[in-house]
Amino acid sequence: METTTAIEWILACHTNDVPENGGACVKLGEEQIAIYNFTRRGEWYATQNLCPHKQQMVLSRGMIGSTGAHCEPKVACPFHKNTFSLISGQCLTNEEYSIKTYAVKIADGKIFIGI
Amino acid sequence: MIKPTIVVVGNGMVGYKFCEKLVNKSSDFRIIVFGEEPRHAYDRVHLSEYFNGKTAEDLSLSSRSWYEEHDILLHLGDPVQEINRSAKTVHSLMGVTYSYDFLVLATGSSAFVPDIPGVEKEGVFVYRTIEDLELIKAYASNVKTGAVMGGGLLGLEAAKALMDLGIEETHVIEFAPRLMPRQIDSAGSTMLQSKLKELGLSLHLNKSTSHVGGENKIEALHFNDESVLSVDMLVISAGIRPRDELARLSGLQIGTRGGIVVNEKMQTSDEAIFAIGECALYEGMIYGLVAPGYEMADIVAAQITGISKLFYGYDMSTKLKLIGVDVASFGDAFVTEPDCRTIVFEDTHKGIYKRINISIDGKYLLGGILIGDADAYNILLQTVNNKLILPPNPEDLILGTRGGAENEGAGVMSLPDDALICSCEAVNKATICSSVIDLGITNIDGIKKCTKAGTGCGGCIPLVKDLIAGTMKANGQYIKNVICEHFDYSRQELFDLVKINKLKNYDLVLDHFGKGDGCEVCKPVVASIMSSLWNDVIVKQDTIQDSNDRFLANIQKGGTYSVVPRIPGGEITPDKLIVLGQVAKRYNLYTKITGGQRIDLFGAHVNDLPAIWEELIDAGFESGHAYGKALRTVKSCVGSTWCRFGLHDSVSFAIEIEERYKGVRAPHKIKGGVSGCVRECAEAQAKDFGIIATEKGWNLYVCGNGGSKPQHGQLLATDIDKETLVKYLDRFLMFYIKTAEPLSRTATWLNKMDGGLSYLKNVVVNDSLGLAGQLEEEMQALVNTYHCEWKEVVDNPDLRKRFTHFVNAPEEKDPTVKFDPMRDQVKAKW
Repeated sequence: METTTAIEWILACHTNDVPENGGACVKLGEEQIAIYNFTRRGEWYATQNLCPHKQQMVLSRGMIGSTGAHCEPKVACPFHKNTFSLISGQCLTNEEYSIKTYAVKIADGKIFIGI
Repeated sequence: MIKPTIVVVGNGMVGYKFCEKLVNKSSDFRIIVFGEEPRHAYDRVHLSEYFNGKTAEDLSLSSRSWYEEHDILLHLGDPVQEINRSAKTVHSLMGVTYSYDFLVLATGSSAFVPDIPGVEKEGVFVYRTIEDLELIKAYASNVKTGAVMGGGLLGLEAAKALMDLGIEETHVIEFAPRLMPRQIDSAGSTMLQSKLKELGLSLHLNKSTSHVGGENKIEALHFNDESVLSVDMLVISAGIRPRDELARLSGLQIGTRGGIVVNEKMQTSDEAIFAIGECALYEGMIYGLVAPGYEMADIVAAQITGISKLFYGYDMSTKLKLIGVDVASFGDAFVTEPDCRTIVFEDTHKGIYKRINISIDGKYLLGGILIGDADAYNILLQTVNNKLILPPNPEDLILGTRGGAENEGAGVMSLPDDALICSCEAVNKATICSSVIDLGITNIDGIKKCTKAGTGCGGCIPLVKDLIAGTMKANGQYIKNVICEHFDYSRQELFDLVKINKLKNYDLVLDHFGKGDGCEVCKPVVASIMSSLWNDVIVKQDTIQDSNDRFLANIQKGGTYSVVPRIPGGEITPDKLIVLGQVAKRYNLYTKITGGQRIDLFGAHVNDLPAIWEELIDAGFESGHAYGKALRTVKSCVGSTWCRFGLHDSVSFAIEIEERYKGVRAPHKIKGGVSGCVRECAEAQAKDFGIIATEKGWNLYVCGNGGSKPQHGQLLATDIDKETLVKYLDRFLMFYIKTAEPLSRTATWLNKMDGGLSYLKNVVVNDSLGLAGQLEEEMQALVNTYHCEWKEVVDNPDLRKRFTHFVNAPEEKDPTVKFDPMRDQVKAKW
């Protein structure tokens, strides 16, 4: 557990700010980060909010879900339905793209993003 | 070992096919090709498509890299000038010399130009190569009238090309008393003539041209009967002449009317020299179609590689679409009584003529002619070629079964295994069926790739499709359209399951009938199904909605949204117009009139949406559902209240209809239109439902579509009153909502429906499924539970809170959104 000490945890928002099985966007400094409340799996994820395909700040508004035999969690960009793994950030529909993912920690109803 | 050398003279379709056949059979030969034209082999059969936008590239059959890959040496733009048969060498124009072990002449044919005084004048063309077409195209841009000499197959193609080029008046001159004298009889020609005249072609039969008039360029055609036709250009398509000059020069045997004489091995009088395609004369006949040319290519490739295969003549059956009219001729089309019995069907109203010739004993089909409707061509041709025994009522072959039991034996699956399906590529039924069974190929593209069937003229494609479907069915396979990896059901099945189990929540549906966590495909499908069933406020389950439905607005470039209030029937008061203007100004929105007669306000920040809608709702507006797969607009013309032609009040009816179905969600968007008279200013026939006033009531059209594949609506009911019309619409829309696949518009839904319009008519009008009452009730339930979604949000602080960009800074708008000025408004910058 030593690695966790290297991560800086920043308070993003409250758990009830993010809709169930959906996403919301937070502003951390100048960065826009999308946080996903995967209620169905009891999991939280965070990625950059920018979709690299057409440079749109929209990923937090996309639908989430999973794919494949291992139920890889993913988000679909609302613009052209490119999907990205919430774990690796790799685009699942177009090899050229990938997005940044962030660690998420929940404590006392608060969401912290690891930078 | 030195490879034997094959020199091919001619790089047309047949010359190319020979190379392809040979390299497929063996790589033991060195191949050298000479082509006179500067281009690679191209598809001459579809030459006229060059005029409707196909490029030379599209028509090309091969590329330089193909030749390189197969080590074929290609000399383009360099015709062979001389053959030295004793030394076995060829010598080209550019001075190249090669010796050959075998020489293949595929020199093709040229256009036959009759010896008429004046044909050398400017503005007279032939129709043969891409270069000819380019010359015609350039010249045609300045002319008003054009003529084609020759009413055969190619002549009519050329006439079509002239029409496509925008020539106002196109004439066809034919020496014979009928069109296409080689393919069809005079009754068929009469039918074809009347169809072609309808399409704007002027036909002159029995005309022999005496000379071409004009100073330097053509101005008129003068005929032997003293009549004169003034024309600005002439395209000669009076037949083909085999290109036999090189063979003639080399002392090979030539037919009295031209053509290089060949035997059943395609050998010329010199056994080291073969001739194939339109330059070859076999038993006194030139085969002017591509399929026999390909067969000859295959025979020579076989001979050279030591396989014995012989040519025994070729079936010259043909089917084509001439200027939009089906024309087909198969087997022995011209045999007459008493050598056969003839069944003729003629419908001058629709322009259909069908003739079949059957053997005296009534057992076999000998041949026939089809004009206007050649759907049966493939199966009729198969019936001739495979000597299938005819059904007891052979007239069924051209009339269809008219009641009584369907004849099982007539389908494609009854063909023998060796039945030739694709004659261009010589692919038989067994090959196609085994590709389906053994390789699991289930679509036409796969079959094309794997067998090459359907890659030539394309005429066999419907037959191949039937074979794929028939084989799959016989094999117990069927394709089920499941929604996605999470739901193993079609939309219609899931619709019924959700309904019967009264499920009102996505997670419950997934738990009961799905697996995994869902995705961006099944979530909106289930959302749409639940909405069509229960009509709850959709934003209560906002994260299963597509982005537009989640924020009740259409996401645009840059991540802003557009706002479209409902303007039923396109009718709006000045006061409401002022409010729209004020709101747009206040929030700096770009405004545009939409195609559906309403006003779209673009560039709204997600944070501003609730405030914008609050103002609009206060002014009496409601959501326009422009963001939803739902009823959009019912477009109207101004109708009888103002228009002097209007029969009924189309605006009032459009408003009534739009108010009735507003908010109803469906597999895809739905648009309607109401026109007050037959002039159809509301363009109702391009809508999912279109209503047009008649003297006696209203006509109802359904399943029209604009978009990328426009389609006219089809007439469902005539001269009905308003009440009946609303009933039919209820049933029609609800039937669509319940049975269509996800994201399928009504037009696509009908196109895929077994039985098509007549089935739909039976369900909606005649209540053949006994569902009419239920469908009406279900629709009424949706109408009764209508709510304005935006009013629900505006009035609910919790829902309003969701319209923010940053949840940790709700007041702040997305700083990346930027606009550029344009024509006194803004546009998205990205």
